Amino acid sequence: MKPRVAFFDFTGCEGCQLETLNFNLEVVDLINAVDIVEFREISSDHSDNYDIAFIEGSITTDRDIARLQDIRNKAKVLVALGACACTGGVNSLKNFYSMEENLKVVYGESAKYYKTIPTRPAHAVVPVEFFLHGCPPNRNEIIRLIKCVVAGKKFEQCQNPVCVECKLAENVCAFERGEFCLGPVTRGGCNAVCITAGRKCWGCRSLVDEPNINSQKDLLAKYGLTVNDVLKQFRLFNGTLEVAKQ
Amino acid sequence: MTKANVNFTVHHVCRVEGHGNIVVNAKDGKIEELKWEIPESPRFFESMLRGLDYRDVNFIAPRICGICAVAHATASIEAAEAAFNVKLTEQASLVRELLLDAETITSHVLHYYFLVAPDFFGVGSVIPLASTHTDVVLRALRMKKTANDWADMLCGRKTHPISMVAGGFVKWPEMEQLKWLKEKLEGEYMKDLDASVELFKTLKFPDFTRETEYIALFRPDKYSFIGGAIGSTDCKPIPINDYQKVANEFCVPWSTAKFTRHLRDSYQVGALARFNVNSDKLHPKAKKVAQTFGLKAPCYNPYFISVAQLVETVHAVENSIMILDKLLSKGIKQEKPEVKVKAGRGVGAVEAPRGILFHDYTFDDSGKLIAANIVIPTNENHNSIQHDFEKLLPEIIDKPQDQIKLAMEMLVRAYDPCISCSAHMLEVKFK
Repeated sequence: MKPRVAFFDFTGCEGCQLETLNFNLEVVDLINAVDIVEFREISSDHSDNYDIAFIEGSITTDRDIARLQDIRNKAKVLVALGACACTGGVNSLKNFYSMEENLKVVYGESAKYYKTIPTRPAHAVVPVEFFLHGCPPNRNEIIRLIKCVVAGKKFEQCQNPVCVECKLAENVCAFERGEFCLGPVTRGGCNAVCITAGRKCWGCRSLVDEPNINSQKDLLAKYGLTVNDVLKQFRLFNGTLEVAKQ
Repeated sequence: MTKANVNFTVHHVCRVEGHGNIVVNAKDGKIEELKWEIPESPRFFESMLRGLDYRDVNFIAPRICGICAVAHATASIEAAEAAFNVKLTEQASLVRELLLDAETITSHVLHYYFLVAPDFFGVGSVIPLASTHTDVVLRALRMKKTANDWADMLCGRKTHPISMVAGGFVKWPEMEQLKWLKEKLEGEYMKDLDASVELFKTLKFPDFTRETEYIALFRPDKYSFIGGAIGSTDCKPIPINDYQKVANEFCVPWSTAKFTRHLRDSYQVGALARFNVNSDKLHPKAKKVAQTFGLKAPCYNPYFISVAQLVETVHAVENSIMILDKLLSKGIKQEKPEVKVKAGRGVGAVEAPRGILFHDYTFDDSGKLIAANIVIPTNENHNSIQHDFEKLLPEIIDKPQDQIKLAMEMLVRAYDPCISCSAHMLEVKFK
């Protein structure tokens, strides 16, 4: 029997779901390999019976928590899809302000109508089997994960930093261009897409499992940047990590 | 005759981007409750962007929306450029416009093929169509893929853009890539577009009208998607910096998204609004397609937004071919973006696929953001959807509940709401 796959969106931009659709012509093959039983962005079909649940977005309301727990109870496998689900992503930037201040800045006098809680990644609420990092996640990695789950194989995360892929792409080092780049400590698997496109790494795929943070700090200091500048950069996509909170 | 009792909530309306609910409660034909609710979890971008360097602001702002990331990137960058008084070169303006055309097209194709068309085929999604109407689905995917590849080629990645920055681009397309695109657009794309027009001509759109104010960017010389002034069907063009006179955002307790109004109780933005404000400046081929559908400005039927999107797709393809001709004849120069930061405020205005979008930023003298205000097209449409509901429901209240529900969901879908942007939205509750 084909695995029943469901997609659920929480607080985010829905760009991860869109990246899933952007397999383009391969989408037709994907549809044949699995049963997509819930994908609200493109489908009005609805089901509570699924094997694999993809969670997009971060957890930012009490309602989100209850909904995620319910999904966890029904799914055999839970996948955090994208930076918001894996680390809180850009949504965690709000955690550096009080919730009252966030509400007041956006809603002004009407702030009293609304409520929000600090941003959390999915695994801070329920156990998560797999993580597809990135803002957005890499299309090939999404396909690889689905193949692994369908075939009952183990899905291995990329263990090298972005730097490795950047060198393979023969890019000029972003530091040489006067940028400061989080490539040395960020989990690869993105083919260093941002540096190849002429920018730097912002760390959207979070830290590799054994990052050499101290060497990164030394490296940045060499280019005249403070630790505070560095941590602010980690904050952009990883505000819930301890390293960014320091 | 017994009067209708209608009671339902469509919770998280599907096939829209984000979450919204339709709440309907009528007793003896009298409507007691009728609400367009947006329960989307707010994102707090205007708060989160504070304190960030303008380059990070420009990189993070597209994360407001995965579908219209290029429009957000463009408006964000335009706001920074306005604040720092950066003048773009012709090449940078042309490539930026070419990139936005790609997003307009891929978003429109996604909307009319994947989100709207299933209603007309009587299915819940495009997924069953993959086996029953394979040619149609493959065509839609092909059209989307070309536009995605085209955007990836210009900015590194469509979701989310990388190489477009204040002052231009850090990486320029190769001449070979531009030639590839031109060939693709003039060949396969034209054929697929013709086939799309033939398909959508056979669909019957619901007959419903509500006259309102229509707002879109306006330039005297072209059908504008970037800059110009704020055009309206009700008044003379208004300078972009005065956008708050138009988009007066106000809060309603049942929605995390803000609502807006201008000269009437609501206004509409998006493809039909652009058509109503600017149709005289469409490419002749796009005008012809509009005629085929009997679409004439002003059109007051919101279900025709999808038709206006198809017309705009034709226009955007023709416009892009003109841009490509210019770029190919002049050659691509390896220009470097130049920005000198200074303290100040700037407003960027862009026509996102779903309508006029404003990013308004204030920076300190080191280029760090002090304050941001972002007005999202879907927010501007929420109030129009609510007023459409109020006119539509009494007209159809004696129909079976399923039909009422479908008509209301289709109306919401017609607006192509992008609720993640606006907060997030769409559920229909029949209580």
